[in-house]
Amino acid sequence: MESNHYLQDIGEIKQLMNKSTRFISLSGLSGILAGIYALIGASVAFWLVDNFSHGTLILDGKIFKLIILDLILIAGLSIITAIYLSIQKAKKKGEKIWDSTSKRLLINFVVPLLTGGLYILIILGQQKYGQTAALMLIFYGLALINASKYSIGNIRTLGYVELCLGLICALLPGYGFWLWVIGFGVMHIIYGTWMYYKHDLK
Amino acid sequence: MGIIKNLNKSFDHRIRLGIMSVLMVNEYADFKTLKDLLDATDGNLASHIKALEKEEYIKVEKQFIARKPNTRYSATTLGTVAFKKHIEALENLINKQ
Repeated sequence: MESNHYLQDIGEIKQLMNKSTRFISLSGLSGILAGIYALIGASVAFWLVDNFSHGTLILDGKIFKLIILDLILIAGLSIITAIYLSIQKAKKKGEKIWDSTSKRLLINFVVPLLTGGLYILIILGQQKYGQTAALMLIFYGLALINASKYSIGNIRTLGYVELCLGLICALLPGYGFWLWVIGFGVMHIIYGTWMYYKHDLK
Repeated sequence: MGIIKNLNKSFDHRIRLGIMSVLMVNEYADFKTLKDLLDATDGNLASHIKALEKEEYIKVEKQFIARKPNTRYSATTLGTVAFKKHIEALENLINKQ
C-alpha cells in the first residue's frame, strides 16, 4: 500500500482524538462581544462613581448596588452571547451542541469561576473589597486554564494573561479598575479577533 | 517488508481505528457517542466493537443511567499498547517513503 493511505489513517486518528475531546464550536465573535460589553459596563460604572458618588465607593450605597447589577449584566450578556453564537456555529457545521465535550468544557470552566464568584461575594459581605478586581481576574484566568484542555483556540494563553493581570492588580489595587478594563475588555477583544481570524473564517 | 508486519490487522479498518482513537483520549465512550463520532450504522459499529472486544483491546461495561441501560467502552492496557505500536508502525512507514 502507498503512504497516502497511512497518512490518511494518521490524519483520521488525529481528527477523531480532537473531535472527541474538544468542544470546537466556540466563536471568536463571542469573545469580541464580551469585551465590548465589558468596556460599556466599565464606562457605566466609571460614570456612576464619578457623577453620583464623588469618586469614592461606599459599600452599602445605592451606587454600589448598581455597580454589582452592572457586573451581573455584563457576565449574563456575555454568557448568553457565547451560548447563542456557539449554537449557531454548531448548527452551521452540523455538529452537536450538547454532548460530552461541551459538558466537560462547561464543568471545568464553571467550577473555578463559581467558586471565585461566591468567594468574592463572601468577602464583599465582610467589607473587604480592595482585592475584588484582582480576584475576578485571577479566578477567571484559572477557569480559562482549566477549561482550555477541552476546547480549541489556545484559551490557555488568555488564561495566563488574565492571571498575570490579576496578580499585578493585587499589587496595585489603586489601578484595579483599569486592569479590570484591560483584562475583561481589551484582552477579550484582542483574543476574540485573533480566534475569529484563525478558526471562524476557515 | 519487515515493517509492514508491525501493522496490526485488527486496526485495518476505518471504524476500528476510529473506536481506538476515541478510547485512547477518553476514559469512556458510550455506544451513541461512538456512533455519532464515527458516522457508522448500529450494526456496523456493533460488529467492529465485537471484533475489538474479542481481541481484548476494549472493555465493555453495561450499567444503568436513570434506569436506562447504557453500555460504555474503554480501552484495555493491551489495546492501548497494541494501538501505540500500530501508530508507530504507520509513522515509520510514512517516514521511510
